[in-house]
This record gives sequence, structure tokens and C-alpha cells, in this order.
Amino acid sequence: MNIIVCVKQVPNTANVKIDPKTNTLIREGVESIINPFDTYAIEEGVRLKERFGGMVTIITMGPPQAEAALREAISLGCDEAILVSDRAFAGSDTWATSYVLSRAIKKFGPFDIILCGKQASDGDTAQVGPGIATHLDIPQATYVKKIEEIKDKLGRVERLVEEGYEVVEIPLPCLLTVVKEINAPRLPSLKGKMRAKSAQIKSWNAKDLECNHKYIGLEGSPTKVVKIFNPPPRKGGAKLTGEPQEVVDKLVSMLKADGRI
Amino acid sequence: MDYLLNEQQVMIRDLARQIAREKIKPVAAEYDEKEEFPWPIVKILSDADLFGVYIEEKYGGTGGQGLELALCVEELSRACGGISLCLAATALGTYPIILFGSEGQKQKYLPDLAKGKKLGAFAITEPEAGSDAGSIKTTARKDGDYYILNGTKQWITNGGEAETYSVIAITDKAKGARGASAFIVEKGTKGFNFGKKEKKLGIRASATRELVFEDCRVPKENLLGKEGMGFIVAMKTFDKSRPGVAAQALGIAQGALDLAVNYARSRRQFGQPISSFQGIQFMLADMATEIEAARALIYAACRAIDAGSKDIARISAMSKLFASDVAMKVTTNAVQIFGGYGYMRDYPIEKFMRDAKITQIYEGTNQIQRDVIARTLIKEAASK
Repeated sequence: MNIIVCVKQVPNTANVKIDPKTNTLIREGVESIINPFDTYAIEEGVRLKERFGGMVTIITMGPPQAEAALREAISLGCDEAILVSDRAFAGSDTWATSYVLSRAIKKFGPFDIILCGKQASDGDTAQVGPGIATHLDIPQATYVKKIEEIKDKLGRVERLVEEGYEVVEIPLPCLLTVVKEINAPRLPSLKGKMRAKSAQIKSWNAKDLECNHKYIGLEGSPTKVVKIFNPPPRKGGAKLTGEPQEVVDKLVSMLKADGRI
Repeated sequence: MDYLLNEQQVMIRDLARQIAREKIKPVAAEYDEKEEFPWPIVKILSDADLFGVYIEEKYGGTGGQGLELALCVEELSRACGGISLCLAATALGTYPIILFGSEGQKQKYLPDLAKGKKLGAFAITEPEAGSDAGSIKTTARKDGDYYILNGTKQWITNGGEAETYSVIAITDKAKGARGASAFIVEKGTKGFNFGKKEKKLGIRASATRELVFEDCRVPKENLLGKEGMGFIVAMKTFDKSRPGVAAQALGIAQGALDLAVNYARSRRQFGQPISSFQGIQFMLADMATEIEAARALIYAACRAIDAGSKDIARISAMSKLFASDVAMKVTTNAVQIFGGYGYMRDYPIEKFMRDAKITQIYEGTNQIQRDVIARTLIKEAASK
């Protein structure tokens, strides 16, 4: 089975700071990690390899330092890694990014399954996975919590939905985005780390991928970010204390004064 | 602090540290309380390839030596000095095969031990033969293609859990110390059974059992080295393994210091954190200094041994002696810094003190270490 896992390198912080002038994330001084949701995609890819044989190829689009994320993925059991990197990709939105990744996957050749995390912890759009499937014109299942079976080029997966889960059959080749319920990612092994250290990482740029320049970078991105800001912290409400009757009376009169009732 | 470690040694240290922090620390108190063997952690260490850090690549290891093992044991012991023993005691049981095993024995046993698929153990101690190892009574009588083992080994770390045992037994009583031989005995061999599991002061996640041999027939291919080499096998094994015990002690001491520093910063008395008192500061400073000295000695010992130095008994004994004494002192002072809370089992620090004590006792008491060191000094002077 030929498995591809797409990952993104993100800043390791819950409190992303934004540069008010450029509307972009401030990355200085923040450690980079593999997008936490993607670690489940990596683990599932390695488990599929262990179940069905084959190999796992990891792909990321990003600056040259994103190579660290690829090496980490190799230490976790992935076999090969491709870095898709070019200054021309800078400013790509989810549409342009999924276009570039789909070009890379086309160049890579035949595959059976593409795995992605359900979304990235920085942008939180959950659009790149579905975007890749659309560009490649293959079926997709999002929010997958279990891959039940893969037989005769047909996958049977469970999709997490609000009320429970759906069981979906999906023909291969396909793309799945996974949720954290799908597995518990393993720790790296020493031999994996040693292999990662010396692994050859392929690097492809816009020219290698024969990208249409109208579709990449800031210009190729239909999304325009007008403004990004941290929402102001919520202020605490008023607290009423006293006997129940007293408090209820007070609340009713306050709501009336406020014109709410 | 840069310890001049190579790339692979840094990887081993960091990986062991990550496992200790994320997987061992959260469960250490529970295993201590229940006195259970930490099989889920064995699986994690096995998957991480840490069981083979001191074993050659051709036998399934990652090609390191004693320093790699010490780094690994040190980091694991920072979280739990008992759980780290599943790996450290396997190494003790494996060294006789590395040092004296034939090519066939190495190929048969080392890959599973390197992978952590099987655990190892070493057995010399008996009820009446502790420091006086020469008085062991377990016998191995040759009978055609077999040796027949009879006797009881006591306090064997990993006993009952391990699959592969290196056992010292007497093949020729008349020859005294030169009449002992070493054997590989596999769990499941007929006539090889286990006695009671000991209840211990510390390292309670580690299993300590009796091994009972009753007409246990061991194939003659399982003899390590030659007949009569049993004590040489044991002594050379200890020379290699003692820095591992020292590393366990070092990790326990470091773990206790880590906790003590944090506690001193958060515990407030007289309106301020107790870390602002010079009395506490001086204790912490001394603890850190002694730990660093122990680390320097252990790493130096490992490097000398790994480089193939000839007379390693002295430096090996010194590292075990010094580090274990430091561990006992540091953990005792760490409990002191925690005060009344430190004495309570709700807090993690008393366990470190209980775990530290064994490092002054096993693989040769610290009195035996001093004896080893002194004998090398006197012998050296006499030979001049």
C-alpha cells in the first residue's frame, strides 16, 4: 500500500501572537512543531503500513526549516520525505496550498491513501485536506476516527460527527483527514531517530512541480486576509448575592432596566 | 553543560528523558505502591530500541557501549529507580554473553535481549553467599551432553520476569573459586523454578525472586566460556556493569534534586519561599555539586572502559561507590527540604530515598567496592 501523509509545521504555542501590521503570525522565538493533528495522520499511516505493508511518504510545504518536521516523521516510522519549498509559494492560502500539494502528489506518482490531520492548530481552517482531494479529483472522508477495513481497493471508515459516528465506504485511491480519536501516536525509536538523521529529503520547487503561477502564492490565493486580531478577553459578569427571592427580584429589575425583558 | 557526548549519545539521552518524563513519571508512584512489574514500560522501552544501546549492531543493538547504557539508565532513574531496573538488570544478565559468549550463543541470545523481547538476569547471590561470593553452593554436575544444576539463588533482580539467566554454579568443588562456571539458563527449562517474590524497602517496581534449581538439565552448549571460569565471568561482568548501577544512583539523586529545587521555590514559610533561606540554598548547592562530581566520575569510568582500558576494576568500583553514597546523601537531604511533607507517601520524594539505599548494597556492597579499590592500590604498589 502506497501511503502519503501531508503535514504542516506550526508554532508550538496556544497563544499565537499576530503582527498587527502584516496580519501574519509572529514566529520569532517560538519553537516549531508538527501540527498536533498531523501526528495522528503520521501514526495512522505507519499503522496502515504495519497492517498492509507498503511504504509511507511524508510531504510538507513550507520554508527550508520545515525539513525538521519531515525528519521527525521519519523517526516515527515514515519511509520517505518530500519538502515542497519555494519563495513563490509564500502567502499561499488554503486553495493555493492544496493546489501545490496536489501537484507534488501528482509528481510523486500512484498512491492508495492520502492522510491529513483534520486541521492545523494555527490556521484552524480544515480546508487543505479536502482541497487536495478536490484538486486531485479523488474521493475524501473527513474527521475519520477509525479505519475499519481496506479490502479490494475499498475502504470502510468511521467518521466522527456531532451526534455519533458515520460508517462510510470509500473507493481507493482516496484522501482521509483524521481526528485525534483515531490512535495514540507512538514515541520515536532510537533506530528511527538515527535513520531520520541521515535520511535523504527530496526537495521540490514550483518549477519541479510545473505549477501554474496564477495558482500559487499570494496572487494565486482567492482568500484575502483583511484583518487578524486577538479577540478582547471576556469581562466577568455581575454577581448577585443574597437570599433567592432578593436575587431574583434584583435580576429581573436589572434585565428590565437593560431593556432585555 | 556539555558532556562531550556524540550525536547518538545525545539522541539516547533525549529519548530516555522523554520516555521518563512522559511515560514513567506519571505511573512511578502506582508501581511502587502495587509492587507490580512494569510490563507496559518494558514495551515502550523495547519499541524505542533502548534495550540494545550497548549491544553491537550485528546482534540487533545500536552499537553503543557502557556510556550509552549509563545515559539511558540515568535518565530513566530520574523518574523511577525501580522501573529503570528492568533494563539495567537485563544488561547485567547480558554482559556475560557479550563478554564470554561464543558466536553461536551471541547469535542465539543477544538479538532478543537487544530488542527487549526477552529480559535478562544475572544470578550469583545465595542465602549464604553474598559478599563472600566464593561460598556459593549451587552445583552443576556434568552428565553427558548436559549439566545438572541444583541449588537456590537469592534476590535475583528480574527473577521470574526474565527469560534468559546467566547463572554461576560450582562444577568442581575441590578447586574452590576456580571450580565455578557460568551458564545460560532459559526460563521454562525443566527443574528451574522461582521462589517467593521479595517485599522490599525500595525499587518496588522491580521484581526480586529466588531461583530454584532441582535437577535442572542445561545443555552443555549453554556453558559460558570454559569450565572453571565462573568467577572470572562474574568479576568481569561486574567491572562492566557497576557504572550502570552508578548511573541508576545518579539518576535517582538528580531526580530528587529536581524535586527539591522546585519544592523549595514553592514552599513558603515565614512569609517567603524557603529557597530564599541560605540554609536551604547551601543544601541544594552541595547536592548539585556532589551529583555533578558523580556524573563526571561515571562518564569518565564508562569512557575508560569503553576505550578498552585494561585495569577497569578500580574506576568501575569507584564510580559505583561514590555515586551511590551521593544518592543516599542527596535523597536524604531532599526529604529534609520537604520537611514533614517529605516523610509522607503522598509526596514523591520519600520514594527516592528508599530507592537510593539499594545502590549502596547490590552488585557488591560499598564495603566490597572499597575492598576492590584498596586491593588494586596495594597490588600496584607491591608490583613496583
